[in-house]
Amino acid sequence: MAQKEPDLYIDEEDFVIHVEGVSVQYRIPREQLSGIKEYAIRWLQRRLQYRNFWALNDVSIEVQKGEFFGIVGRNGAGKSTLLKVMARVVRPTLGRVVMLGRTAPLLELGAGFHPELTGRENIFLNGALLGLSRKEVVERFDEIIAFSEIDEFIDAPLRTYSTGMVARLGFSVATSVRPDIMLVDEVLSVGDSQFQEKCLARMSAFQEQGTTIVLVTHSMDRVEAFCERAIWLDGGKIAVQGEASAVVSQYLQALKKTKA
Amino acid sequence: MKQFSMNCYDSSSEVHPFVEEFQALMAYRGLVVQFVARAIKTRYKRSILGVVWTMLNPLLTMIVLTVVFSQLFRIQIENFPVYVLSGQLVWTFFSTTTSSAMGEMIWSGELIKRIYVPKSVFAVAAIGTGLINFLFSLLPLLIIALVLGVSISPAMFTWLLTIPLLSIFSLGLGLLLSTATVYFADMQPVYNVLLTIWLYLTPVIYPIEIVPQQWHWLFRINPVYYFVEAFREPLLNGKVPGWEIWLPATGFALAIFLIGGLVFTARSSEYAYRI
Repeated sequence: MAQKEPDLYIDEEDFVIHVEGVSVQYRIPREQLSGIKEYAIRWLQRRLQYRNFWALNDVSIEVQKGEFFGIVGRNGAGKSTLLKVMARVVRPTLGRVVMLGRTAPLLELGAGFHPELTGRENIFLNGALLGLSRKEVVERFDEIIAFSEIDEFIDAPLRTYSTGMVARLGFSVATSVRPDIMLVDEVLSVGDSQFQEKCLARMSAFQEQGTTIVLVTHSMDRVEAFCERAIWLDGGKIAVQGEASAVVSQYLQALKKTKA
Repeated sequence: MKQFSMNCYDSSSEVHPFVEEFQALMAYRGLVVQFVARAIKTRYKRSILGVVWTMLNPLLTMIVLTVVFSQLFRIQIENFPVYVLSGQLVWTFFSTTTSSAMGEMIWSGELIKRIYVPKSVFAVAAIGTGLINFLFSLLPLLIIALVLGVSISPAMFTWLLTIPLLSIFSLGLGLLLSTATVYFADMQPVYNVLLTIWLYLTPVIYPIEIVPQQWHWLFRINPVYYFVEAFREPLLNGKVPGWEIWLPATGFALAIFLIGGLVFTARSSEYAYRI
């Protein structure tokens, strides 16, 4: 029996990311309850109150295969939440997300690293966390080390690494197998500029081979240089969407206004 | 038409979360292996004694308890050391896997917030780690059983059947506890107290005979009692336990596994921002 296929798989084959009317509501207790006892008391008193916070509000985007897509906006505008929704970390409260292809999240590099394990052991652990098979990691092992420039420290525990080294290793593992979709959140702000260039070069090479890239950044230069299209998120809603340079200039104008 | 592969993700997929979690777990089985290997490695790293301790710990407790019950209480049970040791192995497996399933969930909070993994990998890895430690400590039990002259018969090996039952029971409870710990920060200490009470309500370290008949209903409503009995009887007396043991053991195992699995997966989309 074939899997039930939604219509959009047939009509818009070239779109690999569908975000349709996505809203994300975080339901958080109004007061931080410390434990089960307090919770039970509050529940009995009917004093359990929740604060409903909409981190995203009816956001829709479609990203084509091989596109470099930018997301800009101020802190707390919902950029990271949008990436997390695409990365399957957070499930949309309303709406629908469809990602066609293997998605590599580069939300926070080295998120799955264990400080007591060596660099070598962490490569395998991180590979498994990203859903790579052991075979895939073994095949690319030397290349991962070479790209990360960790070399002689590979058998030292990760806690001895600098932040830059951790980020390099994280990027290196996450991009060891070319993903269909890459979600990149400000990760390029760590590491020296030379390594940043290297990362961008690899991302561009992937893009040429058909990888779709979604980039969240505060660097407007980068959005203008790399992205074709972009959105500006404000208060969980799309303020402007369209051609990257147009979005950037409108966003910068708005920033100037609030400052003035 | 695009094929729908494991790599694709649809947030509105109509697959039941329980089934979805199972499929994802299969895809991430390499991760489970890694977690188990990491737990075993960190436990036994830098000490050959690590392995020895796993075996020695229950042995020492066994010796103490045997002395206490045979000398102090003057209770004579045939092969009491085997009685204590076998009960203890089951109890240790149950208590450590359930509490470490919960502990792993907390420690992995930072991970869950950042990347997608099937959330049940932590509980499943805790069971896997428990199984390996269980196998290590099985060796001294079998040796002692042989030394003390417990009769060997094919029936003796029916205890093997308790292992899968106990595993899915512990997994189910571990998932329930993991769910609870996301919402209640004090779940761990609460559970530790419960475990202590639970241990005394289970005939693990004391002979069942010292408990007056009128309290035996307490054992009958205690799932762990059935696992202990089903594991111990064949080893101790070479007898296959009857249906009055197997039926409740299987029933409790399946029920708790299903409840735990359903509750855990129904809530798992909230963990990323609640933990």
